[in-house]
Amino acid sequence: MTSLVLLEFDAAGIKQPSRSAVAAATALGEVHVLVAGTGLDAAAAAAAKLPGVTKVLVADNAALDHLLAEPAAALLIALSPNYSHLLAATTAVGKNIMPRVAALLDVQPISDIAGVEDADTFVRPIYAGNGLATVKSSDTKKVITVRAASFDPIAAEGGNAAIEAIAVGAMPALSKFVSAELSKSERPELTAARVVISGGRGMQNGDNFRLLDPIADKLGAAVGASRAAVDAGFVPNEFQVGQTGKIVAPELYIAVGISGAIQHLAGMKDSKVIVAINKDEEAPIFQVADYGLVADLFTALPELAAELERT
Amino acid sequence: MKILVPVKRVVDYNVKVRVKTDGSGIETAGVKMSMNPFDEIAVEEAVRLKEKGVATEVIAVSLGVAQCAETIRTALAMGADRGILVESDADLQPLAVAKMLKAIADQEQPGLIILGKQAIDDDMSATGQMLAALLGWSQGTFASKLEIAGGQMTVTREVDGGLETVELTLPSIVTTDLRLNEPRYASLPNIMKARKKPIANMKPADLGVDPTPRLTTIKVSEPPKRKAGQKVGSIAELVSKLKTEAKVI
Repeated sequence: MTSLVLLEFDAAGIKQPSRSAVAAATALGEVHVLVAGTGLDAAAAAAAKLPGVTKVLVADNAALDHLLAEPAAALLIALSPNYSHLLAATTAVGKNIMPRVAALLDVQPISDIAGVEDADTFVRPIYAGNGLATVKSSDTKKVITVRAASFDPIAAEGGNAAIEAIAVGAMPALSKFVSAELSKSERPELTAARVVISGGRGMQNGDNFRLLDPIADKLGAAVGASRAAVDAGFVPNEFQVGQTGKIVAPELYIAVGISGAIQHLAGMKDSKVIVAINKDEEAPIFQVADYGLVADLFTALPELAAELERT
Repeated sequence: MKILVPVKRVVDYNVKVRVKTDGSGIETAGVKMSMNPFDEIAVEEAVRLKEKGVATEVIAVSLGVAQCAETIRTALAMGADRGILVESDADLQPLAVAKMLKAIADQEQPGLIILGKQAIDDDMSATGQMLAALLGWSQGTFASKLEIAGGQMTVTREVDGGLETVELTLPSIVTTDLRLNEPRYASLPNIMKARKKPIANMKPADLGVDPTPRLTTIKVSEPPKRKAGQKVGSIAELVSKLKTEAKVI
């Protein structure tokens, strides 16, 4: 029984959510990984160092450059006969590609798993994480996305896998990449950050999110937001933490001006330590916070920045 | 161009759901049900495309229990022209739903199908992508903007690091993200008008699809509850506790 994990990478190496997906796959048996696109030497070398991986498949083809779903799914279908499980992280890329693969294989995908019971049985959150469903698949092949926050990523170094270039057949030409507009930030990615500080509707406007910056800089934190703050147009959607945004589980999560709707809690309640700062002492966020401060954020945030600077 | 909009009946966004005490699922008896919020965005986008003259007809489809007709009525009140109900009491999972929607698409020949990016009950985020695969069409998932011109569609997608724009060959599938539009409220006259719009009724067998689920739910449990911690009185106390007690900074 061998699994194939589709990896995402950037100049810094294999992305952390993908390393979590490899961690989930190692619970199932032998693990091969796939890197696809062009200029893959560095990515293949990084993938070969992942502990527990025995083979790196390298699919070098310009049609795969942006991992658009149509060609990426075609590639995975071509590789699927050798594998019992096909996996990717629950990211924008994984969510886009894997259900397409599953349908082409006549398989019901198992989305966003948070636990592996055995080769057929998995735990996955439903209803914004208000229920944990244990599901058993009757399909012979499993197509899975992995909730990165639920699996500690495997280390980036320590392995020594074989690297194998694979032939890529004709790719469907239904879609074309036009452009990407990615937010430039020196900060860690939300899903990989050790500390996350998020603002909610209480921030009142987008400019006020700058109050989070000195604290994020000091703590090496990523900045997030509640859906209410995104809906109100304070910050772009890629900041969103919650059921319909990103799922995070950092060491420290600081919720500022966030009331704590269940949809937001769904995205952060597995954080190790939660701090809430809110002027409404009845806010539901305090029911999940390890440390709660009832205070006006406009005085608390500058104070927090100064205190972190001082100590 | 016809647009097909699948809409799902789910437990209302505002309901605090409870796991059944026997662990067999989520308590849905007597709970308020509504159209999946992302599907409302899909209906809105389709109706706007009709208002702009890009689409000629908007067809709302729902699959599930008889009461899904109410969900279709909501779409009709928002401006969809007619409905199709595929009635089944089975646990319909995305693979079966995608197969049935494919069969309907084969009959109706839409130029575009717009769906919500995820249903807020099973949180699968799969049906749109699966339908695109079965039809052999392109897919523009997690869309925050779409433009149609000359047989091509340009879709701006919400991706992890920001936005990505792709050009797709029509016919195509779009799944909606929350910033695509703000759905309208149906006016009373439109709600009245919707009562007269036709809804066709069929069964999975009419579409030649076996809806047997591939995933069996063994149990549903409550996630571990977090306990409320302590209130701190000042920023200085907070920082001190994070350092010495929680040891996270």
